[in-house]
Amino acid sequence: MTNKVEPKRRNFLFTATYTIGAVGLGAAVWPLVDQMNPDASVKALSTTEVDVSSIEPGKEITVLWRGKPIFIKRRTEKEISEAAKVNLKDLKDPEKDSDRAKNPEWLVMIGVCTHLGCVPLKNKGEYKGWFCPCHGSHYDTSGRIRKGPAPTNLEIPKYEFVDMNTIKIG
Amino acid sequence: MKEKMLQHLNNLFSKVFLIIFIIGNSNLAHSEERNTEFLKNNWSFDGVFGTFDRASLQRGYQVYQEVCAGCHSVQHLSYRNLSEKGGPEFLPEEAKAIAAQFEVIDGPNEDGEMFTRPGRLSDKFVMPFPNVKAAAAANGGAYPPDMSVLAKARKGGADYIYSLLMGYEEAPAGYELDDGVYYNKYMPGNKIKMAEPISDGIVEYSDGTETTKAQISRDVTTFLVWAGDPHLEARHKMGFKVFFYLIILLTLVYFSKQKVWSRFGSKREEEEEAFDKAEKAVTKYEGEDPKTFK
Amino acid sequence: MSEEKYVPKTKLAEWFDSRLPLLSLSHHLKSYPTPKNLNYWWTFGGILTFCLITQIVTGIILAMHYVAHTEHAFASIEHIMRDVNYGWLMRYVHSNGASMFFLAVYIHIFRGLYFGSYKAPREMIWIIGLAIYLLMMATAFMGYVLPWGQMSFWGATVITNLFSAIPLIGESVTNWLWGGFSVDNPTLNRFYSLHYLLPFLIFGLVILHIWSLHIPGNNNPVGIDVKKGSNETMPFHPYMVMKDLLALLAFLLLFFAFVFFMPDFLGHPDNYIPADPLITPAHIVPEWYLLPFYAILRAIPSKLGGVIFMFASIFVLVGLPWLDSSKVRSATFRPIYRKFFWVLVVTVILLGYLGAKPPEGIYLILARIGTAYYFIHFLILLPLLGRYEKTEPLPLSISDPVLDKPGAMDKLKEMAGKYEGENVATFK
Repeated sequence: MTNKVEPKRRNFLFTATYTIGAVGLGAAVWPLVDQMNPDASVKALSTTEVDVSSIEPGKEITVLWRGKPIFIKRRTEKEISEAAKVNLKDLKDPEKDSDRAKNPEWLVMIGVCTHLGCVPLKNKGEYKGWFCPCHGSHYDTSGRIRKGPAPTNLEIPKYEFVDMNTIKIG
Repeated sequence: MKEKMLQHLNNLFSKVFLIIFIIGNSNLAHSEERNTEFLKNNWSFDGVFGTFDRASLQRGYQVYQEVCAGCHSVQHLSYRNLSEKGGPEFLPEEAKAIAAQFEVIDGPNEDGEMFTRPGRLSDKFVMPFPNVKAAAAANGGAYPPDMSVLAKARKGGADYIYSLLMGYEEAPAGYELDDGVYYNKYMPGNKIKMAEPISDGIVEYSDGTETTKAQISRDVTTFLVWAGDPHLEARHKMGFKVFFYLIILLTLVYFSKQKVWSRFGSKREEEEEAFDKAEKAVTKYEGEDPKTFK
Repeated sequence: MSEEKYVPKTKLAEWFDSRLPLLSLSHHLKSYPTPKNLNYWWTFGGILTFCLITQIVTGIILAMHYVAHTEHAFASIEHIMRDVNYGWLMRYVHSNGASMFFLAVYIHIFRGLYFGSYKAPREMIWIIGLAIYLLMMATAFMGYVLPWGQMSFWGATVITNLFSAIPLIGESVTNWLWGGFSVDNPTLNRFYSLHYLLPFLIFGLVILHIWSLHIPGNNNPVGIDVKKGSNETMPFHPYMVMKDLLALLAFLLLFFAFVFFMPDFLGHPDNYIPADPLITPAHIVPEWYLLPFYAILRAIPSKLGGVIFMFASIFVLVGLPWLDSSKVRSATFRPIYRKFFWVLVVTVILLGYLGAKPPEGIYLILARIGTAYYFIHFLILLPLLGRYEKTEPLPLSISDPVLDKPGAMDKLKEMAGKYEGENVATFK
């Protein structure tokens, strides 16, 4: 087949068509992808309020927030001092206890092991904090990783005390 | 050639007609049995570029809350929708305050009991009755329909709702009505169990808008259209962009197609060559034995 | 443009293609010779492929958010429409896409009827096409049930009750279909499952449809065979691809006009009322694309008869390649068939109109006349026409009517005609 027609104009035309076509295709694909992102009703559920008035010192409750367990622990004096005593140099993921608990009496953490997402058991392990049974990660009384495969400390969610007895998570 | 073109055009028209007819058909199918023409309004949300009138939506919400909400639920609407884009667009704090006015049943708590708490943005609109049966029982056996998609669920949509609200009349002489049944010009069958809900001054607007029956009806109708179609504005906007884009691409593809097809010109030349060859053969033959012609 | 065999250019390509001839296939699809005189009515095959893929993609997405339970179905649709990111777009594309799919398939079918595309050697294409059409109707019907609105519920009730017309086993069959004694949650669940499954069967049939097309090649508006090795054909890519693309974009304008600016126009308002087994809507109307069959169903004054005629109206089309015995394919050269074709088109549209009307008075009479004509057309008129119709002379080649110099070739042919017995082949 002979291509005798002026090549420049044709190339421009074809390039423009392909480009505009590709842009449109891309734009059309975005809704197909974005529909799997958290929807408006899920996003709206991003805060939850917890009444903590009935928790005794040394006890812990687990609540559900965004489908994940949240550990709320009212720590004893002993646990607090143990957590504060730790030398930061000994930590895999150095973090001061005072940075993790706004009010030292209350520790609020996402109860998901930072290794592969299991839920650690309370009051277990070599550091008297939490212990993840899946792959043996040990957390201390501040929820910091001390031993095992988990790379980081248990995550602290965004939370605030609405009043003395109510914690708002998220 | 002209004849061919005309014939083609003719064919095309009849087929376009066919398509329109098929589509029009379904419309006819739906619009039958309308005994009265609905009252027409210039709705701001009509048309390709239609958007909602925010102030009217906010007033409409007020009307819904003060007049309708006693009986009619809007169970698919959430309080957060009130502050979302394309809706009444209350400020987030306002929407939060609105939600907090309502008692929402939540639970069960640690003791396994349900409890009430103030509403949050994420809550659905609180329903006036716990279920359809309770709603029917409290309303003389007629269940006040949920109004979430009411504007889509009635022939005539906004015009119908507005007309119905404006359509209460004295029943014609001799027209029999049971107790608790009212005459409405626009209700299919003319009998309605809902008493006339809207009258002049039934609500008080804080923005100073006059509170005529027509104005209040318009506002609440606007609110209901939005409640049924909260993404209407986003849809119109995206539709405009899509058309703009499609027309550009269509133009480009049209010229590209012409360009590509013109490549086949070389083929046409071949064809003409064949034609010339045939012609030559005929001429040659003609020359040799002219008697076979004519 | 004859089709050349694929010759691998590299060792790797040769290695691959000799084990799995995908490269040969792609080469075939690109160079597949198509008659150069195809008009725009031939672009609907491509448009339909697009429709099918669009329905499958949006359908899979909707299935990620939909809940097939009578308690939650309606609310889950509202959830999609309100909360899911672009959910309203997915749902409106899917619901209007069904209508567009049928619009395109009707044009595709009537194109086949007009140009005789069902005739030998293309009977298989036609029959597979009808199977696709049947599956499309089943899929669309079951899809319409899923939102669990009033029309969903009562449409499902009415259509499944058709099977109760079967003598003796009718009731067992309907109970089997329902999984209960009425349309209920088990029904909704199985319809959902089948609504998800059938499109993939359609997809498989579409492959067979195209395969069986690629053996004889396309029919064309003139209806005479093209010489494959000649310049009467052009390769599918890029010529037909560009043309199909252009037509598709134009079609999208219509499609998106519905999606963005009147998304509920083709639906029925009653389907925004949640299903209520205690209240039947005043008029139960199927979606527009099923209306002609609905009219036939109701035109027959017997339950079983109506059902038989309705199914017969589709199955009569299976016999069409043999009922229409005319040797000439294209209606362009069949002056009488051409007229009856348009009568058929008008009849089907009329039946569609009547399907939306109550079956009484003049509507019922017209529906009966329409039904009668529909069957007479296929069962009586076509066989008779095949025998007695005087068709117009066919051109010698498709180049004839498409050549730029109209009349020139005619004149040549006329002259050539005088050499009867001589070598006419040189005149293409």
